[in-house]
Amino acid sequence: MVLNFNERSPFTYLMCVICIASLGYGANVMAFEPTSTSPSKLPPWSQVEDTDPDPDPGETTQAVFTLNYPRIQIPFEITLWVLLASFAKIGFHVYHKITVWVPESCLLISIGLIVGGIMHSLHEKPPAVLTSNAFFLYMLPPIVLDSGYFMPTRPFFENFGTVLWFAVVGTLWNSIGIGISLFAICQIEVFGVQDITLQENFLFASIISAVEPVAVLTVFEDISVHEQLYIVVFGECLFNDAVTVVLYNLFNHVAALEVVEAGDVFLDIGHFFVVGLGGTIFGALFGFVTAFTTRFTGKVREIEPLIIFLYSYLAYLIAELLAISSIMAIVICALTMKYYVEENVSQRSCTTIRHVIKMVGSVSETLIFFFLGVVTITTEHEWNWGYILFALLFALLWRGLGILVLTQIINPFRTIPFNFKDQFGLAYGGLRGAVSFALAFTLPDSIGRKDLFITGTIVVIIFTVFIQGITIRPLLKLMNVRKTNRNQETINDEIHKRLMEHTVAGIEDLCGQWSHYYWKDKFMKFNNRILRKILIRDNHPESSIVALYKKLELQNAMEVLDQMSGDISAAPSLISLQYVSSISRPVLLFSEVFETTVSYTNKHTLPDDITAREILMRRHTSLRRSLRAGSFHGTVCNTIYMRALIYTGYRKTKKNAKSYIIIYIIYTLLNMEMRVFDPFLALFLPECCKNVAEVFLSAHGPKFEL
Amino acid sequence: MGSRASSLLREEDIEEIKKETGFSHSQITRLYSRFHSLDKGENGALSREDFQRIPELAINPLGDRIINAFFPEGEDQVNFRGFMRTLAHFRPVEDNEKNKDLTSGEPLNSRTNKLHFAFQLYDLDRDDKISRDELLQVLRMMVGVNISDEQLGSIADRTIQEADTNGDMCISFSEFTKVLEKVDVEQKMSIRFLH
Repeated sequence: MVLNFNERSPFTYLMCVICIASLGYGANVMAFEPTSTSPSKLPPWSQVEDTDPDPDPGETTQAVFTLNYPRIQIPFEITLWVLLASFAKIGFHVYHKITVWVPESCLLISIGLIVGGIMHSLHEKPPAVLTSNAFFLYMLPPIVLDSGYFMPTRPFFENFGTVLWFAVVGTLWNSIGIGISLFAICQIEVFGVQDITLQENFLFASIISAVEPVAVLTVFEDISVHEQLYIVVFGECLFNDAVTVVLYNLFNHVAALEVVEAGDVFLDIGHFFVVGLGGTIFGALFGFVTAFTTRFTGKVREIEPLIIFLYSYLAYLIAELLAISSIMAIVICALTMKYYVEENVSQRSCTTIRHVIKMVGSVSETLIFFFLGVVTITTEHEWNWGYILFALLFALLWRGLGILVLTQIINPFRTIPFNFKDQFGLAYGGLRGAVSFALAFTLPDSIGRKDLFITGTIVVIIFTVFIQGITIRPLLKLMNVRKTNRNQETINDEIHKRLMEHTVAGIEDLCGQWSHYYWKDKFMKFNNRILRKILIRDNHPESSIVALYKKLELQNAMEVLDQMSGDISAAPSLISLQYVSSISRPVLLFSEVFETTVSYTNKHTLPDDITAREILMRRHTSLRRSLRAGSFHGTVCNTIYMRALIYTGYRKTKKNAKSYIIIYIIYTLLNMEMRVFDPFLALFLPECCKNVAEVFLSAHGPKFEL
Repeated sequence: MGSRASSLLREEDIEEIKKETGFSHSQITRLYSRFHSLDKGENGALSREDFQRIPELAINPLGDRIINAFFPEGEDQVNFRGFMRTLAHFRPVEDNEKNKDLTSGEPLNSRTNKLHFAFQLYDLDRDDKISRDELLQVLRMMVGVNISDEQLGSIADRTIQEADTNGDMCISFSEFTKVLEKVDVEQKMSIRFLH
């Protein structure tokens, strides 16, 4: 791939900016007051000396130019780091090809590595972003909220069992398997890691079992894998974050104990369930409360997004307080409230909410990967060939085995079983990422081999992200995984899908089976009868078919507008009108008409005739199809039709006053002819033209009656 | 035992049904006991009233039409063979079946047959075309009572326009198939039958 110079220069420039900027960030900048009026230069990499920012009592000179860095230091540095990460993201998309082949996470880690290298060579320390508090309270919630909010609910609930199965049992299998195998390795003297206890091994294993969906899901979306696979990977990653955190806390607690008794183990298992279920119930509760609150925000639209965020975050924090699974809480909260909230809030608030969630989630994710790169270089590593390589090996092995075994067990319960290609996609798509990294970093110092664990985690993450992340796309393509066709929404799809669902539900009742359709039906009834009445402000239960129909019609109307926007002129083309004159009775010349045109008043509001507009929009597509370009009939009809459509429906400016008159004239003239050729056109065109004409005539009397 | 003997399922019957529909032995026996429990009149065949006695089916918007699909043209009773034949449409399509030679003709649960089943739910008069009225009726049943006739008519019109390629203002079976070619029909029209 040859890059020409023009393409290269902005990118190189960007890279330079990034490098230079990174020099400034890790350093502390000195602030001092100049005693003279000359501006002082600050060497960006000098060490700080805490100078007294306050002038001496005896100092009477007024400083003209002062710098007070310590005051703004923290927010400043945060902003600059975030900005740097964002620049990196922008920079990647300069070349499309890169992001197609290399997942963004890889690129971010690479940039982080570079920056880390620079900082290391300057002997600077990275900012203390990855403390336990900073990560768990500030950086993780946006990521999880993002995942939870944009989870497609219908396929999720249809595959709920499978998702939970893989998330919970799969993670347990992985953790325990890796833990035990590593413990076995520890027993071998050669590697010199005999001091790691079983509990610590389990802890490490639980850290490296957490999978991270971002890179994989982008690839899946790009190659349109079928919905089942997508949703299982998505759901699994989401819930196994929760499971991993629970396990981590569990093993953390256990690792601190000297002796583990059987009773403790059972208590821990019970605790596990309490935590999981508690989080779910709590989240649902908060979701309903949020939905209920948005019912009353009709008059204060500006704060609607804020309410959503605050409640979600509150759910997270209170769950943390009660030591139940905060990730589950926030995910379930987002899931439950989304449906009701999006009906209650205004369109703008809805867009804002979605946009902000995506933005903050993306920033958080970016920062974490970035710091992964930085920290890799700057921390003290403890390297142990045997342990780390075996950890990597076991991580991959156990995941593959786990998927295989678990799929065999769950397949009989699925309507569409997973075939081997799906299983490969699942297993290979298990990339580690943000959560693993953060958990490793927040290990308590009481763990003796903390540095080893951190190194091990970083190795596993980097390996999976780079090697698996880059190769998964060509592999899946090669294997020809079952695809789903991303179809454009059509009303046919919706109606027939609905028909099929009802049919299947009916047949299942007939066979005396219960399935998720039954539960879905029950829930929808409960929803319609009780929940919607309480939680939604204006309860007009609308069938999804009708909603889709409205949306599609609106889309079509916008398309018409976009197409015609380049074509609007005050007068229709003379050619078409010459045609008119050649076949019809003698016509008033336009010049005459224009001259006698009286200028409008501004208030020519068109009657808001909904039916006419709707008919116009609907017939638009069929008319375009049925009319052939090139025929006189087509050209003129098309022109008239387009004009009529636009002018009556959408254009209300004074400038087009003349066109209104022209249309009316043309209408009258063509009316005679058109009625023979195209009753269809004659049917509606008079409607809209009549509207126009009526308004005009009412304003100016019958002067232009022909 | 006397009059019930004729309604007991024989091994040869099970084998034939297995070959025709592809259900497994245990599935067939299970469905037979279900058939038997529905058959209040104990005459080895189900009538429309037997189906309508199922409560959830009665409140299903398409309940009547589904029941209708079991009865072949003009008949009022459906025996177990017919019952299984209709249910066979909903068997999931297995991967290895997709590639098998279709020596015995197309299996009942192929994509085309599933689509045909859905098509017949619309097409009551069996003229192989979904007319606007038929579509309207189904829409009315599915969408509920909150929509005006006019708006429903618009939806029906749009539906026909999207699907209709030959301009006859009706949806034929081939147009129906074409419009649903991107939908995963095999998954949507399948039930996991219990063993």
